[in-house]
Amino acid sequence: MKIIVCIKQVPGTSEVEIDPKTGVLKRDGVESKMNPYDLYALETALRFKQTHGAEITVVTMGPPQAESVIREAFMMGVDHGIILSDRRFGGSDVLATAYTLSQGIKTSGGADLIICGKQTTDGDTAQVGAELAEFLGIAHVAGVSQIHELSDREIALDLDLPLHIESVKVKLPGLVCVEKGIYEPRLPSFRRKLETAGRDIKVYTLDDMVDTDPNHYGLSGSPTQVKRIFPPESTNTHESWEGSDAELAERLFELLEDRKFLQQLR
Amino acid sequence: MAFIKIHQEKAENPTALVKLCPFGAIHYDNGKLDIDSGCKMCRICIKKGGGVFEYVEEKNAPAVDKSAWRGVAVVAEQTAGAVHPITFELLGKARDLADKINHPVYCVLIGYRIADKADELLSYGADEVFVYDDPALEHFRIEPYTAVLEDFINKNLPSTVLVGGTTSGRSLAPRVAARFRTGLTADCTKLDMQPSTDLDQIRPAYGGNIMAHINTPKHRPQFATVRYKIFPIPPKREAIGKITRCSLANPQLNSAISVQKVTEKKREVGIEEAEVIVVAGRGIRKQEDLAMLEELAGLLGGKLASTRSLIEAGWVNPRCQIGLSGRTVKPKLIITCGVSGAIQFVAGMSGSELIVAINTDPNAAIFKSAHIGIHGDLYKIVPQLIEKIKLEKGQ
Repeated sequence: MKIIVCIKQVPGTSEVEIDPKTGVLKRDGVESKMNPYDLYALETALRFKQTHGAEITVVTMGPPQAESVIREAFMMGVDHGIILSDRRFGGSDVLATAYTLSQGIKTSGGADLIICGKQTTDGDTAQVGAELAEFLGIAHVAGVSQIHELSDREIALDLDLPLHIESVKVKLPGLVCVEKGIYEPRLPSFRRKLETAGRDIKVYTLDDMVDTDPNHYGLSGSPTQVKRIFPPESTNTHESWEGSDAELAERLFELLEDRKFLQQLR
Repeated sequence: MAFIKIHQEKAENPTALVKLCPFGAIHYDNGKLDIDSGCKMCRICIKKGGGVFEYVEEKNAPAVDKSAWRGVAVVAEQTAGAVHPITFELLGKARDLADKINHPVYCVLIGYRIADKADELLSYGADEVFVYDDPALEHFRIEPYTAVLEDFINKNLPSTVLVGGTTSGRSLAPRVAARFRTGLTADCTKLDMQPSTDLDQIRPAYGGNIMAHINTPKHRPQFATVRYKIFPIPPKREAIGKITRCSLANPQLNSAISVQKVTEKKREVGIEEAEVIVVAGRGIRKQEDLAMLEELAGLLGGKLASTRSLIEAGWVNPRCQIGLSGRTVKPKLIITCGVSGAIQFVAGMSGSELIVAINTDPNAAIFKSAHIGIHGDLYKIVPQLIEKIKLEKGQ
C-alpha cells in the first residue's frame, strides 16, 4: 500500500504583525517549522507502515528550504520525500496550491491513501485537502478522529461532527484529513537522522508536471487576488459603565444582543 | 502569466532589498537578486523596492462574462432535518449584497425529507429556494453533495455562492470551487458587493493579526465561507418567493463513502470548552444565590465558574475554578460577578475575547482587565438582565 502525506513548512510563530504606518509585515526572524497539524497526519501514516507495511511518501510545496520539513519527516520514519519548488508556483492561492499538489502527486505515480492535517497555521483555510481530492477525482472526508480499520480496498473511520460522531467507510483511493490529537505524534529519532542524512529528495519543478501550462500555477492560476492587507481594528476597548441598575442591565442586554450572544435563542 | 520582474541594474543596495521580503523569498547570490517560490505575491517589494521589482501582468488574461452570472446563492446547512442558523445569517447578508446589484437571492436546500423547510428559507430573504430531496442525500457525503451544487450552479449561474464555515461547508465549498476552477475565500468576516459584481471579501490572516481584502476578479461563481455568528440573523418576513423542486439522476449521487452509524455526542462541556462563562466571586453572599448566575449562564448557553474563595467555601465544584490553581479559560464572553480580580484569577481568564465585569467597588482590580467594567450591584443588575433575555426568548 502506498500512502502520501501532504506537509508544509510554516513560520515558527503565528504572531505576525503589520506596521500600521508603513503597511509592511513585521516578522521576527525567519524561523520555520513543520505545520504542527501535519504531525498528526504523519503519525497516522506511520502507524500504517507498522501495521500494514505501507510505503510512506511526503509531498510539500515551497521554497528549497522546505527540504528541512522533509528531513524531519524522514527522522520520524517516512520513506520518500518530494518537494514541489519553482518560482512560478509563487503567489498560489488555495486553488493553485491544491492543483500543484495534485500534479505533483500524479507525477509521482499517486497513492492508495492520501492523508492531510486539519489545516495549516499560516494559511488557516483548512480547504486545500478538499480541493486536492477534487483534482485527483477521489472521495475525501474531513474531521477524522479515529481510524478503525484499513484494508486494500477501504478505510473505516470516525468523523467528529459538531453534534455527532459519524462512522463511515471510504473506498480507496481516497483522501482523509485527520484531526489534531488522533494519535500522539512520535518524536524524530537521532538514529534515523543519521540513517537518512544522505537520502535523496526528489525536486519537481513545473516542467516535471503532467500539465506544464504555466497559467495553471502560481499567481496566474490563482482566481483570488489579495487587494491589500491591513491591521485589524482594535477591539480592546476599556469602557466604564455607570448609571442606574435598570440602565446598566439594559446596556448589558444590548451589548449581548449586538455581539450575537442571544442569537441561538431565536 | 503574471510575475515579478527584477531590474538588477537598478539594485543599489541588494542586501537591504533581501530584507524587504517578510517571507524570506528574496535572495542575493553571485551578484544577482532572485525570488524563490516562498513568494506570496504580497508585493511589498514592489512598493518598497524603489523600482527594482516590477509587477508584470499578462495583458489579455481571459476573464468570464460577468453579466452572464446573476444571483447571490446561499447553501443551506441542515442536520437531520433541522436548518442550522448560519443559513439565516447568510441569507440576511446575501439579501444586502444582492440588493446592491439588483440580483436575486437563491437558496439551495440539500437533504432527505427536508422539503418542508423551504418556506422558512423564503421568510429569511430568499427569492427562490431550490430543493434537492433524495434518500442518497440523507447524510452529508461529498460526491453527491458536490454533484448537486454543481447541477444548481450550471443551471442558474449564480455570481456569488455563500457557504457556512461549518464542518460540512468547509468540505463542500472548496470541492465545488475546485470543480469550477474558481476562487474561494475561507472564513470571511466582512463581505461587500461592488457594482461590477465582484465580491469584496475580508478575512483574518496570519493568526488574526492581519486582515486581507480579497477579490475574485476574473472567475465566476465566486465562493466565500463564513463562520457561524459572524453576521446577524435578519428579521423574518412573509414567505414570498418561489420553491423549485430539483432532482439529479442516480449515478451522480453515488458515493465511495458509506455511513455505518451515527452516534450522538455526549455534551458534557467543561468550562474550558464553554464559549460563554459566568463567574461567581466573593461578592456572592450565600450559596443559594448561585442559582441566579447559573440561570444567566444557561440562558447564554454557557457555564458557571467561580473564583477560589467559593471553592474553598465548598459552594462550587473544584472543576469549575478559574485561575492559576484552577483552569485556564478563553471563552468568547466572560461575565464576572462580584469578582475582585486577583492576579491569580486574571491569569486564568485574561485571554477571553470579551470580558465584562460587574462589581460595586469602583477600585476593584478586575476593572483593569475588563473590556466593559460595570460599576453596579450584581444583585440588582443580573435579575433584570435575566428578565430581559427571557422576554426576548419568549419565556
